[in-house]
Amino acid sequence: MINATTPIKAESRDLNFYYSNGTQALKGINMPLYENKITALIGPSGCGKSTFLRCFNRMHDLYPGNKYDGQIIMHPDNTNILDKGVDPIEVRMRISMVFQKPNPFPKSIYENVAYGLRVRGESNKRLLDDKVEEALKGAALWNEVKDRLQDLAFNLSGGQQQRLCIARALATDPEIMLFDEPTSALDPIATANIEELMSELRNKLTILVVTHNMQQAARISDYTAYMYLGDLIEYGDTDMIFTRPTRKETEDYITGKFG
Amino acid sequence: MNSNTSPTKASVIENLGAVRAMIRRHKRNDIIFAIVGLLALMLGLITLLTLFIDLVMDGYARFNPQFFTDYPSRRAASAGLLSAWVGSALVMLVTFLTAVPMGVAAGLYLEEYAPKNWFSDLIEINVSNLAGVPSIVYGLLALGLFVYILDFGQSILTAGLTLGLLILPIVIVSTREAIRAIPVAIREAAYAVGATKWQVVSDHVVKYSQGGILTGVIIGMARALGETAPIITIGALTFIAFLPPSPVTTTPPFINFEWLSSGFTVLPIQMFNWLSRPDHAFHINAAATGAIIILVTLLMNGTAIWLRYKIRKNIKW
Repeated sequence: MINATTPIKAESRDLNFYYSNGTQALKGINMPLYENKITALIGPSGCGKSTFLRCFNRMHDLYPGNKYDGQIIMHPDNTNILDKGVDPIEVRMRISMVFQKPNPFPKSIYENVAYGLRVRGESNKRLLDDKVEEALKGAALWNEVKDRLQDLAFNLSGGQQQRLCIARALATDPEIMLFDEPTSALDPIATANIEELMSELRNKLTILVVTHNMQQAARISDYTAYMYLGDLIEYGDTDMIFTRPTRKETEDYITGKFG
Repeated sequence: MNSNTSPTKASVIENLGAVRAMIRRHKRNDIIFAIVGLLALMLGLITLLTLFIDLVMDGYARFNPQFFTDYPSRRAASAGLLSAWVGSALVMLVTFLTAVPMGVAAGLYLEEYAPKNWFSDLIEINVSNLAGVPSIVYGLLALGLFVYILDFGQSILTAGLTLGLLILPIVIVSTREAIRAIPVAIREAAYAVGATKWQVVSDHVVKYSQGGILTGVIIGMARALGETAPIITIGALTFIAFLPPSPVTTTPPFINFEWLSSGFTVLPIQMFNWLSRPDHAFHINAAATGAIIILVTLLMNGTAIWLRYKIRKNIKW
């Protein structure tokens, strides 16, 4: 069962989301994110898991016509990050994101990691150097790139690029980190590296990860949510979801009968 | 599927000769199209090349330093291009300084800031349309607006602004295309770390679209260099045996703007002027000028290609 003593970092309350064409992509989602835990979102394509993830850093605000209804409350300050009065930039400064495909900027390795700090107006060279090193170490990339920080990020391998993107997201000390299918473009070895990294990152922050790979969800997450057609079908302890799901739909999906 | 029982495979083996004949027949179309395409390409290229060689041969006698340092003259052999190329250079400077900031700003605004609705669609259609407006129409507009209403006179300023307006759509369209080539993932990456729209534009969008913008600017400038009709319309068809005041001076503040209001001529007008004289000796000058304009245009387009290659070398998506 869910550990009642673990503090909640954020929770969605009756969250509905509508795309600009009128489609309702999320239907009344209620779900907590426990602090320093990994929560995995699973479900077939088009079930709304990425849409849900992208609500947490207000990515939908970049495209006109999208509409949120409901709340995502962040603790301990109880801010509703979907509130119109809350600037999406403020939200993104607290919640960072790693994308499906590695998307480094066409800049140096150093500048990629430092960019989040530069955006915050940081220009102190010493501080930037320290932060970049810390973030690259945190992303388990430091040893591979410490001698070529000024090289272009595009010269790294796919797995290294994705760890660079994690370092970029880490450098700004976020409270929550969102991962949108972070290993779907990577080979098995790079995938294993990223999964190990995520397990370690859990000690520093709270993680929400979308994955289409159920084994991955079972391996790395503490809690799992199964979504289907915009509904949250089942949420619970990962072990419980994968061994004793309470809903028939969840069982069909995780046993491969459906999906 | 089991390939051993595939009926297609069996029939290929049985009718091998017929299948090969069919493939040969189908491949004939490749050859026919390649020949037609090559002919079409050659027709264009050879025409241009013939024209260029013809100009060079006719004007060969005038390819010497004096041609660039002499003023126009009544005697063809001592007439030169000095006032024309200086005029062209100064007009191009004004064109560059107006078309680039305005075109890039407009392109950025339309792509990044403008709300997408029927009004921006209307603007979009109009900008593309502007690129197709005959240049003489720009000349008439400039005559009314710059020469008469704003009273800039038949000056370098008027000519530069006119050509600036003329190539503005080219700069806007190429800016927008260069911006659109930037993947959404890169933009989202920048927004995701907490960047504002302006930070995304200035740190990323402008930097990664430089190559495309520069190409558009140079191609626009090359077009402006050869434009004749609008310059004639604003009244620059003149015999000019003096240079505009220098933009740079030896005394503080080392820069002056008198040249902007100076009368002028430009290369294509000088060429037109010589061509319209009955004396054949002047036609040699005209041919030499034509060859020079084509050479400069080639040089500019070559530079555009080289710069684009250099800038894009580090950007792969």
